[in-house]
Amino acid sequence: MGRLLGIAIWVITILSVWMFVSGKWWFPSSISEHGPRYDSQFLITIIVVGISFTAAQIGLGWVVWKFRDSGDKARATYSHGNNRLEIIWTIVTAVIFISLAVMGQRVWASLNLTKAPAGAYQVEVVAQQFSWNFHYPGKDGVFGRTDPNLIDDSSLNFVGLDDTDPNAKDDSVVATLAVPQNRPVELILRSKDVTHSFFVPQLRFKQDLVPGMNIHVHFTATTVGKYELACAELCGMNHYKMKAYMLVLPQNEFDELVALPQEQFQARKDELLNKYPLPNY
Amino acid sequence: MAEATHAEVHHGEVHRHPAPTGFIRKYIFSLDHKVIGIQYILLALTAVVVGMIMSVLMRVNLSWPGTHIKILETLFPQGAPGGVMTPEFYLSLVTMHGTIMVFFVLTTAPQGGFGNYFLPIQIGAEDMAFPVLNMMSFWVTFVGFVVILFAILAEGNATVGGWVSRLGESFAGGSGTVGPIGGWTGYPPLSALGKIAGPGQGAGVNLWIISIAIFCVGSLLGALNFITTLLNMRTRGMSLMRMPLTCWAWFTTAILALLSFPVLLGGGILLLLDRIAGTSFFIPGGLYVSGSTVPLHNGGSPLLWQHLFWFFGHPEVYIAILPGMGATSHILSTFARKPVFGYRAMVFAIFAIGMLGFFVWGHHMFMSGMSPYSAVAFSILTLSIGVPSAIKTFNWIGTLWGARIRFTTAMLFAIGFVSLFVAGGITGLVLGQTSLDFFFHDTYFVTAHFHLVMGVASIFGMFAATYFWFPKMFGRMMSEGIGKVHFWITFLGVYAIFVPFHAMGLLGMPRRYAQFTEYEFLKNSKGLVTFVTVAAIITVVAQVLFYFNFFWSMFKGAPAPENPWEATTLEWTIPSPPPHDNFAGIIPTVYHGPYEFSVPGAPNDFIMQSDGDGVVADLEGTSGNGGNGHRH
Repeated sequence: MGRLLGIAIWVITILSVWMFVSGKWWFPSSISEHGPRYDSQFLITIIVVGISFTAAQIGLGWVVWKFRDSGDKARATYSHGNNRLEIIWTIVTAVIFISLAVMGQRVWASLNLTKAPAGAYQVEVVAQQFSWNFHYPGKDGVFGRTDPNLIDDSSLNFVGLDDTDPNAKDDSVVATLAVPQNRPVELILRSKDVTHSFFVPQLRFKQDLVPGMNIHVHFTATTVGKYELACAELCGMNHYKMKAYMLVLPQNEFDELVALPQEQFQARKDELLNKYPLPNY
Repeated sequence: MAEATHAEVHHGEVHRHPAPTGFIRKYIFSLDHKVIGIQYILLALTAVVVGMIMSVLMRVNLSWPGTHIKILETLFPQGAPGGVMTPEFYLSLVTMHGTIMVFFVLTTAPQGGFGNYFLPIQIGAEDMAFPVLNMMSFWVTFVGFVVILFAILAEGNATVGGWVSRLGESFAGGSGTVGPIGGWTGYPPLSALGKIAGPGQGAGVNLWIISIAIFCVGSLLGALNFITTLLNMRTRGMSLMRMPLTCWAWFTTAILALLSFPVLLGGGILLLLDRIAGTSFFIPGGLYVSGSTVPLHNGGSPLLWQHLFWFFGHPEVYIAILPGMGATSHILSTFARKPVFGYRAMVFAIFAIGMLGFFVWGHHMFMSGMSPYSAVAFSILTLSIGVPSAIKTFNWIGTLWGARIRFTTAMLFAIGFVSLFVAGGITGLVLGQTSLDFFFHDTYFVTAHFHLVMGVASIFGMFAATYFWFPKMFGRMMSEGIGKVHFWITFLGVYAIFVPFHAMGLLGMPRRYAQFTEYEFLKNSKGLVTFVTVAAIITVVAQVLFYFNFFWSMFKGAPAPENPWEATTLEWTIPSPPPHDNFAGIIPTVYHGPYEFSVPGAPNDFIMQSDGDGVVADLEGTSGNGGNGHRH
């Protein structure tokens, strides 16, 4: 039984490691400025995890294989432990784990502990059960006033835009997020009803949208294309299909789009959605 | 009381507590910690069936959408029209699976079950400090379970839903789901708004909150009892550092429960008030839900709930697994025929895990909108918990090093625990990093992590405990043959289920999706999803072996001797099953540490803790108290 268990543990270890290194199941390729930094932090972490996991399981398999009771009268080694070993492995694991923890703050700090760079393009994101609204400031670059009391889904005022505000005249509210390539974007995240979460796997980015809060986040997308935006916080029955698209557009195409008034914006956005295919998975 | 008993024993008098004779006092409203322990275990064995059936239904829905399940059509014509699950029905399964498993399985059997039964015996006490409180804690917990089952009916059944709807608007029932659809974490505002937020937001949520609140009270009573019993009722010679590691684990767990459940209880009451009394603890102003503005609510904070919930929720993870760690240490040592490697380090590690567990709750909230600066602190503290966890793993392997392992079923499950604890725990190094949560938060990578570590590792600890202590509890042996088949299918099965979850996480698969059909980036997951479902069905079906073994052996198993495993602790000095007052009035005195196996010069390869005979009494280094760690 001991040998069998030892072998089983080793085989499980090999298969588990294979699942990660085979490359059959891996992130979709990243499309953001911080994506490569994210991926390398994950790679370092998963190598440390993989080595620790393998060492522990191989070790466990080994002692199970080796130290089975063979039926003779011999006794086990009588030992209560070894303080020196305890100190060594405590220090070694502490150093490795804390180092990883510190390294693991870098991408976070670059995005969430800094303000959006000057010149970042702002979009207001208003989530609701079970769709996304993206509010663009239009030609003037100034968002029209919004008020939750003005929200009226039946008359398509999804974000509560105040039509009497002159700044609102050129604003557009559409169901697709368009962002410029290689220019920082600042999203102002809100929710009308319950908590949602903004998740684009290729961006390596996620942030909850919490009712009652305006959460400012920023990132820079680097690769032109069309990507799926998913809700990642349970928000009700149709959570699984609360989907939108994110278009990353070349600067000129983007500038042209966001200068359009609402209806043309809508039409142009639909053209662009058809123009760009989803990545191959 | 314990002191008085010693005095009596030493005067040669034996004072005995007679066992109750009536059926109700003996088996139902029993004050005997052993009966109460078994009641908790039976509750967990019942609850886990409900939880497992739900997980199979969820898997079927994910792999083969549109499957007709006849029984669902009969039971829930609304939630599963034509026997096909609706998305909201699926989400209510997610919620109830999580709630039932976390509370009524992982928090009952390990602590209330085995802890109740064996903590008093292992420390040489005749019962818990407060037997009436003990009885109450079980029955309160039981009522909590009845309420959660009632939540299923109140939402799923139109008739019952109609009854509860009369209690008021927030109790609107009969929406066709099998309970609330907020997940076991029940984040407001979704969980606070009532039926306007969609199906499954009425009576189910209220009953869900009430059930958990009741459960909190039961756990709190239990925790008080455990702590008092352990501190005050240890027999002569049972110093803290001579306690079995199981007792340390139950003790630490009780402290965690004492400090964390009140916070959840408070949070639950506030959430209930938001729903039924119009308060706004968690509901901010200006909401617009399902086509209309939400009047009268203002000033609440959804994040406040998350803080309260996870202040409880993270310690809860350790409440589930620490007893498993204790049982594993105990069983590994017994069947390795070796003292636990680094007993003192194990005690410090279990305490360190428990205490650090109170400072890391924010790692569940990196993406929540909480201050990103506090996230950094939570992240670093989180990875620090890896250190005592690693110490435990090293010491388990150290215990097996140079051993003479006896591969009983209990031992197989204990070794399985170590393997699964490593596999599940180590991905905490990924998820504990703020940066990496940008991708992995709320994906299947998280689901993989916590199912392996708090789910199946804990359950393996309980399987090990069951196979180990069953002879003592019921006076009969379980079938080792069936037990081993059960082990092999379960061990390979849980790995086959939960390792592929990591791959799904790498693809970006979000949790709590009723279908994966809507997204192109998930289309490569199809093979994995089906593989997991098949593995899950096989593993769940294999649990029939365990149930059969458990109940068959209870009546037909071979009679168990007093000490079938040649173990050392006090429960093995008394008959199987033990008499009503555990030690028949003769409370043992403890002379040795808990794990004195293979002591050179001793006549047997094990020395009972209470063994005061000449030959072993003077053997150097066996007195426990942690040893100095430098011998040999």
